[in-house]
Amino acid sequence: MSIFSERSLWGRLDDVQHDAGYDEDHPPRMGFFTDTSVCIGCKACEVACKEWNDVPDDGYLLTGMSYDNTQALGASTWRHVAFVEKSGAGAAPAVDLGMPSFDLPGAHPHGEDQATESGDGALRWLMSSDVCKHCTHAGCLDVCPTGALFRTEFGTVVVQPDVCNGCGYCVSACPYGVIDLRKDDGRAFKCTLCYDRLKEGQTPACAQACPTESIQFGELSELRERADRRLEELHEKGVDVARLYGRDPEDGVGGDGAFFLLLDEPEVYGLPPDPVVPTRDIGSVWKHVGIAAATLFGVGVASFVGRRK
Amino acid sequence: MAEAHPVGFQWVMEAKRRGATIIHVDPRFTRTSAVSDVHVPIRAGSDIAWLGALVNYVLSNDLDFREYVVAYTNAANIIEGRFQDTEDLDGLFSGFDPETGHYDPTSWAYQPDSAQQVEDDAERDRAYGDTPGSQESHQSARSESHGSGGAPVRWKGRRDETLQDPSCVFQILKRHFARYTPEMVQEVCGIGPEQFQRVAEALTRNSGRDRTTAFCYAVGWTHHSTGAQMIRTASILQLLLGNIGRPGGGIMALRGHASIQGSTDIPTLFNILPGYLPMPTASQHQSLDEWVRDDEGKAGFWGNVRSYAVSLLKSYWGDAATPENDFCFDYLPRITGDHSTYTTVKSMIEGSCKGYFVVGENPTVGSSNGKMQRLGLANLDWLVVRDLQMIETATFWKDSPEIETGELVTEEIGTEVFFLPAATHVEKSGSFTQTQRMLQWRDKAVDPPGDARSELQFYYDLGQRIRRKLAGSTDEMDRPLLDLAWDYPTDDEGDPEGEAVLKEINGTGPDGAALASYTELKDDGSTACGCWIYCGVYADEVNLARRRKPHWDQDWVASEWGWVWPANRRQLYNRASAAPDGSPWSERKAYIQWDADADDGKGKWVGPDVPDFIADRAPDYVPPEGAKGPDAIGGQDPFIMQTDGKGWLFAPLGVADGPMPAHYEPPESPVRNPLYGQQNNPSRRKVDHPANPINPSFSEIFPYVFTTYRLTEHHTAGGMSRTLPYLTELQPEPFCEVSPRLAAERGLTHGDWVTIVTARAAIEAKVLVTDRMRSLRLGDRFVEQVGLPYHWGGNGLTTGDSPNDLVNLTLDPNVYIQDKVGTCDIRPGRRPRGPELTAYVEAYRRRAGVDMAHPEDGGADG
Amino acid sequence: MREQSMVPEPEFESYYGRQILKTPTWKTPDVPLYLFLGGLAGASAVLAEGAALSGRPQLERVARLAAAGGATAGTVALVHDLGRPERFLNMLRVFKPTSPLSVGSFILAPFASFAGAAAASQVTGVLPRLGRLAGVGAAAFGPPLATYTAALVANTAIPAWHEAHRELPFVFAGSGAQAAGGLAMMLVPLDQAAPARRMALVGAALELVASERITKKGLVAEPYRIGRPGRLMRFARNASVVASGATALAGGRSRVLSAVAGATYLASSVTTRFGVFEAGLASAKDPKYVVVPQKERLARKETGGAAAHTEGQPAG
Ligand SMILES: Nc1nc2c(c(=O)[nH]1)N[C@H]1C(S)=C(S)[C@@H](COP(=O)(O)OP(=O)(O)OC[C@H]3O[C@@H](n4cnc5c(=O)[nH]c(N)nc54)[C@H](O)[C@@H]3O)O[C@H]1N2
Ligand SMILES: Nc1nc2c(c(=O)[nH]1)N[C@H]1C(S)=C(S)[C@@H](COP(=O)(O)OP(=O)(O)OC[C@H]3O[C@@H](n4cnc5c(=O)[nH]c(N)nc54)[C@H](O)[C@@H]3O)O[C@H]1N2
Ligand code: SF4
Ligand code: SF4
Ligand code: SF4
Ligand code: SF4
Ligand code: SF4
Ligand SMILES: [Mo]
Repeated sequence: MSIFSERSLWGRLDDVQHDAGYDEDHPPRMGFFTDTSVCIGCKACEVACKEWNDVPDDGYLLTGMSYDNTQALGASTWRHVAFVEKSGAGAAPAVDLGMPSFDLPGAHPHGEDQATESGDGALRWLMSSDVCKHCTHAGCLDVCPTGALFRTEFGTVVVQPDVCNGCGYCVSACPYGVIDLRKDDGRAFKCTLCYDRLKEGQTPACAQACPTESIQFGELSELRERADRRLEELHEKGVDVARLYGRDPEDGVGGDGAFFLLLDEPEVYGLPPDPVVPTRDIGSVWKHVGIAAATLFGVGVASFVGRRK
Repeated sequence: MAEAHPVGFQWVMEAKRRGATIIHVDPRFTRTSAVSDVHVPIRAGSDIAWLGALVNYVLSNDLDFREYVVAYTNAANIIEGRFQDTEDLDGLFSGFDPETGHYDPTSWAYQPDSAQQVEDDAERDRAYGDTPGSQESHQSARSESHGSGGAPVRWKGRRDETLQDPSCVFQILKRHFARYTPEMVQEVCGIGPEQFQRVAEALTRNSGRDRTTAFCYAVGWTHHSTGAQMIRTASILQLLLGNIGRPGGGIMALRGHASIQGSTDIPTLFNILPGYLPMPTASQHQSLDEWVRDDEGKAGFWGNVRSYAVSLLKSYWGDAATPENDFCFDYLPRITGDHSTYTTVKSMIEGSCKGYFVVGENPTVGSSNGKMQRLGLANLDWLVVRDLQMIETATFWKDSPEIETGELVTEEIGTEVFFLPAATHVEKSGSFTQTQRMLQWRDKAVDPPGDARSELQFYYDLGQRIRRKLAGSTDEMDRPLLDLAWDYPTDDEGDPEGEAVLKEINGTGPDGAALASYTELKDDGSTACGCWIYCGVYADEVNLARRRKPHWDQDWVASEWGWVWPANRRQLYNRASAAPDGSPWSERKAYIQWDADADDGKGKWVGPDVPDFIADRAPDYVPPEGAKGPDAIGGQDPFIMQTDGKGWLFAPLGVADGPMPAHYEPPESPVRNPLYGQQNNPSRRKVDHPANPINPSFSEIFPYVFTTYRLTEHHTAGGMSRTLPYLTELQPEPFCEVSPRLAAERGLTHGDWVTIVTARAAIEAKVLVTDRMRSLRLGDRFVEQVGLPYHWGGNGLTTGDSPNDLVNLTLDPNVYIQDKVGTCDIRPGRRPRGPELTAYVEAYRRRAGVDMAHPEDGGADG
Repeated sequence: MREQSMVPEPEFESYYGRQILKTPTWKTPDVPLYLFLGGLAGASAVLAEGAALSGRPQLERVARLAAAGGATAGTVALVHDLGRPERFLNMLRVFKPTSPLSVGSFILAPFASFAGAAAASQVTGVLPRLGRLAGVGAAAFGPPLATYTAALVANTAIPAWHEAHRELPFVFAGSGAQAAGGLAMMLVPLDQAAPARRMALVGAALELVASERITKKGLVAEPYRIGRPGRLMRFARNASVVASGATALAGGRSRVLSAVAGATYLASSVTTRFGVFEAGLASAKDPKYVVVPQKERLARKETGGAAAHTEGQPAG
């Protein structure tokens, strides 16, 4: 597989910077652990990100999606806080696939007998601050034809806007739907994990602004340990719904540089349940392209074989 | 708290991480509820019934912290035999005058210890040249007559420490709250008995020697015609449970704007002067002596009020203030009654107030009954608005809703409006005083743009210009201005140095050096001090408010972060963290304690905080007969600002609407008060004006409760958030929130426009139909609530109708705050435009039978 | 109704029904046209070289022009699609095998040069030997040009594209063959067009088989069956079948019929590209195409382990 260089395409990868060509003495891989169980939905992270990175506003639209009016990550929203209203007795998330539940809040009026019950358990309002995952195997980076996307010495994935030609390939290649082109500008933008701040030894703006330490920034290895402890703690308290998302270095993207503690299924927050970096299959893709090309060539040759008519 | 105080809320989350149970009581399921262990949905305005039932639960199950209660509160005090409770008078206390709506509190007083005590007091009155008892009139319950010491009682009074005497506070309290049962809570608040039980158990289980519970509140309690009493109820509960003055305990007001605490310490209020010195009144205070006499010499530090007052006058008038001229006491203005903001608005409408400064507020959006605000502004000669943005208050003359309806016509408005751009908090240096009474210094980060100036520069300059104009005047009237000590060092731009002002506030001695403590203040004119409680912030000429030592570099009390008044004391009344004998209540909750061996066996109070007590006052100290001021504080009197040193379960005076809280319905309510015949707070302050009609109680035309509140994404009247793209995109349109049941009842569709109507106005907003709004079952009926974030107005990036146009003006009689709840109707679709809007609201008034002859009266009772 | 999905409506949760993935930013008609033109040009280059070798000058001429024209128009479409067209050349800064667009630039650029040179030489008669050499080069880069675009769309997170990564290259190869053959059938006299007819016929068969395999993929294939992409795909298939029938029956006999059949092949090829393209967009826009298969995959992982893994095992 030499044509893919020494870089690994998927699976566990313990030194992503080295894999990307950095010397052994590169700084440790930095990342985020976002603990949504303590997120209060204040959106300070969204605002701090925009202020620091000079990201333009993303339009003014009351969506009716609970308190979420910025809707999703995108070229002009690099942090996005999701608000999920879940009601019904117990409101515990279905472990199996529940009913389609993409209705807007309050679409299913509760029965009158429930009306006097308190909010305990009967109503949950989940909040979660989403961000680029800075994947170990980043689809966006893999497919970028210009080298505008690159892996930094901190193991993060960053776009250089002065190189990007707006081809949009990264947009389709991100299994999380993170990166996007900015309409009036044409280029791709996403979270830089505050590369400029990292280089100065500072904490990213969003994490700095988060009042509850829902967004924790640090060395990825240390964050993973911290997250494991937190998960254990929550499970001990009986919060069985807590789970880690993107923490597993064996998952489809080799683990996220920004991973999460969630209180429900990932798709409830708008996250893919089992994302896989597209490039995992690039070998198979090229193999089939090769065979198909050969076939086409063969078809061409065969077309000329035989009687002249 | 997560919504409006997200940064402070980090500590709640920290507490939760460490195992604390978080209980959130709110009509709505909010971001706070989302991370709390328990959310208790409550009908807006019914908190006294809820808290009262918790008090009853504690009292009737003997769950109070008895040792604490007996020693540190006034539970044992015997009350005058003349006292009558709401039990006896169907919702009124003794002393009510239906004519004025005021209480005469004399029947609520402590019984004196002895005839001697009465005689001594009369003696003192005579010394001031009064006839005994004439002070009674001074003791009117009206709050503008009291400063920070609270109302001074005349004597510590007779006590029964067995708490058995039927006339003792404890027994009175028990009887008073007996009718506040869980069943009543269900009927009044819509909270079920199971939930009540759950909270009551959690609360009591987590109180006592080993554990403490804290209450946090903000304007969900304060903004009611019974607001002060809501907070009193919680205070009573906390005192009974022994949760005051102890680590992890307390009842914490979460203040509003960045320095709203500072703006009461060094007040923007009409009735107090810096350090909570009462504003002199025209009727009672003709001299310095008369001004301080009520408080002077009483037990506690408030007894030194003359030193604080004289030092304040010295800081105002410097060398001109001498003992001979009463330290210029006569230069102080005197108040003649209520001059609070809403009363002033009424004076504007009536034409007696001609000019108005609006500095850092946006009343046409932020204050209740927006129409009255605008009618007032439209009737001024001149208006000065100093703000960061072109706010609605500055543009009312061209685009207010009344212009649209034709009620006001631009060409006919004679008000001359001056708009002056102001520097923001990052464009000037200065201090903020936050919720914890902590002063934090802020250095200037950037220069203000264009003509924008700091307040300091503006007022300093204005003062100088006026003084230049008056120079040489011989008119007596101009002396107060000409004699002012009005001289500050300025920077290159002419902006006075903030630290020089801070030093003036801190106070200086005869040598001009900064003082270290308010105990150094003198009443002879040798010291000057701009605010006695801030004395010490500039000790040794160091700006202690600037300290930023991180908490991980110091002990857990973190005394070197900022500076907290008074005396950098992080927790008030912390003497109560020790048992009467001075030992900690428990190891776990140790804080301040008596170390008998310290100071060569003289003993002293020690602990991580500055003791809120006289440092060497032994626990067994009993004040000698005739002791005054701090000397009169007994070794077991932790509440050193009170003249009797005790926490007040029962207020023998000083509270305008009764010695104990009682539940009354909001002025607009769909519910008949099940507790008493008295429907509304009898001493609520009504604002009588045709633009302020009140929805009749139990009206079927206005069947729903509404309440107003904040969103994390916006700030108050919007000038600082609706103008910013990053905040606007987060909440881009005005909306209201309703339950699915209400939506079904009125045919409201999620995301569509709706119109909300009261007798005052109709506004439109988008509607969010959400389970977060609960339908509350009160007995056999449902009460629906409409939630209304109040941030919107006509200017900025996101605009819309102002919910405050809906809100009625009825005020709490203690602090003159408006009520944030009311009743309304809600209908699908947008509101009518132009004159049709007036007709639409008029039709509602007619159908509801609003009595326009007495529009201020909902008509349920007097 | 054919429109109905064949799997029962899946039950799943989502965030207010919002899509998880971003809709590809590639614009219509630019990108589907580019896919089509690449196929047309690539297969035409092969056809041209065969014609040259076998001495079919008219076929050669048409195919050479088709190869050059297709490449030029394709490049225009591609550049037009870029958010920053002036930075088109940035793509030649790096060569990245993980980026089919990068690889494609290194196919398109030489192909366009070779095909252009060959066509220019053919038309002008200048430097005929170099022209022939260029023609060989174009024929070598032609099949990759026609098929790499399958890698382009397949190496994305878009379910309808990615999950069809084994079949799409063959769909594109077959579709390209039909386009090249079809165009020649329209413009080349019957006696020289036999290879074109054969190419189109075999191409159609290839595409039909490959497409049929895609539709077997359950939910991820649904976008190819329903809605507008479904209609496009059905039209393309029917057009292929009709054109092939006509070609087989009378392709060599009637010039008119041959031209009509050729045009039908072209239409089929264009529609296939739009169909595939739009199926991708549709699968990005509905979260169920992301959530349900991934949940199923997770469930399989939990129960079976290995079985789930082979699906995406990298080949080679
Ligand atoms: N983001 C943001 N933060 C702010 C402000 C802001 O505008 N925006 N404003 C600042 C200011 S000036 C202030 S004063 C503070 C105010 O801070 P808060 O008092 O927290 O603010 P509110 O949202 O007005 O009211 C709090 C809650 O009271 C509830 N409530 C309404 N009526 C009742 C009732 O009768 N009983 C009970 N128990 N609850 C009730 C409301 O539903 C609301 O959730 O916030 C400060 N912080
Ligand atoms: N219905 C309802 N009404 C309410 C409340 C409610 O809960 N419900 N809450 C009430 C409460 S608690 C409050 S505090 C009020 C707030 O109401 P307001 O005080 O009327 O409203 P703000 O928008 O806070 O106004 C502050 C203004 O000061 C300007 N400003 C900021 N910094 C500076 C400065 O340094 N200098 C000067 N000159 N201007 C400055 C800002 O641009 C802004 O326009 O609203 C009250 N109204
Ligand atoms: S989440 Fe998407 S945009 Fe972010 S690194 Fe991974 S693939 Fe790239
Ligand atoms: S849009 Fe820019 S960043 Fe994305 S793949 Fe293309 S060149 Fe790279
Ligand atoms: S790390 Fe920086 S760029 Fe990324 S979301 Fe946070 S603030 Fe924005
Ligand atoms: S700043 Fe922190 S608490 Fe606030 S929304 Fe973002 S992650 Fe949640
Ligand atoms: S806006 Fe300022 S004062 Fe308010 S919570 Fe945030 S940091 Fe604190
Ligand atoms: Mo406030």
